[in-house]
Amino acid sequence: MKKSFLGLIIGILISALLASFAGENPFHTIQVLFESAFGSSYDMGLTLFYATSYIFTGLSVAIAFHAGLFNIGAEGQLTMGVLAASWIGVLLPNLPYPLSTLVAILAALIFGAIWGFIPGWLRAYRKSHEVIVTMMLNFIAAGLANYVVLNLIKNPNTQNPESAPVGQNYHLLSHDFIQNLFTDSPANFSFIIAILVALLIHFVLDKTVFGFELKASGANEEAAHMSGIESKKFRMLAMTISGMLASLVALNEVLGSAHRFRIGFSVDYGFVGIAVALLARNNPLGIIFSGLLFGVLQKGASDLDIETEFITRDFGKVIQAILILSITVFYFSDLERIKKWMKRKS
Amino acid sequence: MDETQIVILVFVLGTLKSATPLVFASLGGLVSERSGVIQIALEGFMLMGALWGAIIAYETHSAWLGLLASCTASILLAWIYAYFVIQLKADQIITGTAINIFAVGIAPLITKVIFSSTGSTPNLDTVARFHTAPLFLAIFFVILVQYWFFKTRSGLIIRFAGEDPQILTASGISVTRVRWYALTACGFFCGLGGASLSLFLASSYSPIMTAGRGFVALAALIFGKWKPLPAVFACILFAAVDALQIRLQGVFPLIPVQFIQILPYVVTVIALAGFFGESPAPKAIGKR
Repeated sequence: MKKSFLGLIIGILISALLASFAGENPFHTIQVLFESAFGSSYDMGLTLFYATSYIFTGLSVAIAFHAGLFNIGAEGQLTMGVLAASWIGVLLPNLPYPLSTLVAILAALIFGAIWGFIPGWLRAYRKSHEVIVTMMLNFIAAGLANYVVLNLIKNPNTQNPESAPVGQNYHLLSHDFIQNLFTDSPANFSFIIAILVALLIHFVLDKTVFGFELKASGANEEAAHMSGIESKKFRMLAMTISGMLASLVALNEVLGSAHRFRIGFSVDYGFVGIAVALLARNNPLGIIFSGLLFGVLQKGASDLDIETEFITRDFGKVIQAILILSITVFYFSDLERIKKWMKRKS
Repeated sequence: MDETQIVILVFVLGTLKSATPLVFASLGGLVSERSGVIQIALEGFMLMGALWGAIIAYETHSAWLGLLASCTASILLAWIYAYFVIQLKADQIITGTAINIFAVGIAPLITKVIFSSTGSTPNLDTVARFHTAPLFLAIFFVILVQYWFFKTRSGLIIRFAGEDPQILTASGISVTRVRWYALTACGFFCGLGGASLSLFLASSYSPIMTAGRGFVALAALIFGKWKPLPAVFACILFAAVDALQIRLQGVFPLIPVQFIQILPYVVTVIALAGFFGESPAPKAIGKR
């Protein structure tokens, strides 16, 4: 954890430095970032809202990492999940309350599972590299969602590119306590569910035979094979579970807040999930905290756009990239070697 | 010429044109991966190249200076990548992803500082654009790389860096240095690819204009079994699907346009599924 933290600090410093190259006061930049994330209960609600989705995608990326796979397809998987949930919600608006949400979640999970299973199967049995396949599936998911939302379930009452709203019965809870805490913000009960799911994944990975075998197949395929673990099966399963975890973003987006499919709703949840998982060293409990941190960064970056002259909302991506790089370096390489190397230079 | 001949000619030319950035990117990926370094940052290199190519071409009214700027920007980013994966031995796939995210994030900042717009660069006039040159450059470099890889000593050294680096070390050649050169060449090719995007295929830089081409090029590389000529043919195949996709959009009004647009990506996945035989990667790829 110390190494991750060191990487985090250095990453933030480099980002601030980069902002100053663009002519912004780095202290002002950092100040705006934190004020925007925690300034009011509404701001905090938005931060929490982003964090919820990041926790889901972070878990998604992490479980694939544990099985030795790199899932950059969480974006496509969550798109399919959100699509499934909103599609069901528009087609069957009158299902009774608890059943409606269950059906929507199930639909999201199935779509997400399929979008994870395809690269998992291709990797396990056709040796296709999961990074390229998942990237292609991201584009395919975006195209499919675009078609369904704009052609089949379009909202007739608006010019916005979005689907019709789902039925009232699909709203997670009409007024849950999280919503009451952060008035008017999109924060909702999904945050609690995200934490529960993180605990569940922690339990599965650490305390069950399944989790052990999954990690073993990722850590050393040959050794796992020798001890009778079918690593192919576990890679496929890990990728499928990864897809299902990403699809849970539907809870936050469709059932919890927007109640429809808004084209472009995802602020790169899938890609940020990579950074979230890395920062937490793929530890499900750590992901809760790194998800929150990236929620802060996302909320902060969107306000930097307004508050500063040159920094755009995409600057959040720059910060993410630098964080990923600095954390990777500090986490995966041994510090002694870097120290030695720095001594030689000086 | 009758009408069908013209249609076919237009289709072939369109295919070759849209194959150009793919060919450059896959040459870049080829040099990098055959030297033993996984390369999924092609997308980011090309995007930076396309952006700086368009900026400099716009400011100087010279397509060739734009090309130079594109290669410089792409090589600089490739050196950052090289520093992380070769010197610091960071994970290559994770670093590559970070480079891609970085390129997407920094581009709007650059356009905002220079043009006060958060997206595209202004349109280029015709003298600041290419009309045929990148196509011929692509053909030239494909032949050159084919010759370089299989007929020269340095080509052999690069291939050894990816297959059996210990042998190089044993014969007194620094693998680190070979990979630095290979990644520089990779950056150069991606710069050419980026310039063909913004100065040849389009007439300005627009956000995320690479649209996954870096990954399609990588798929073409795998499809072509990490050999220059087969990889180029795979690029042309993917480009043909893309050109077909553009032509089909108006022809069948019953098929939704989104289904036609995702065709190239679907074809890429099917090609990657290896229904055309095994494709063994360089042995030492990704080994740190």
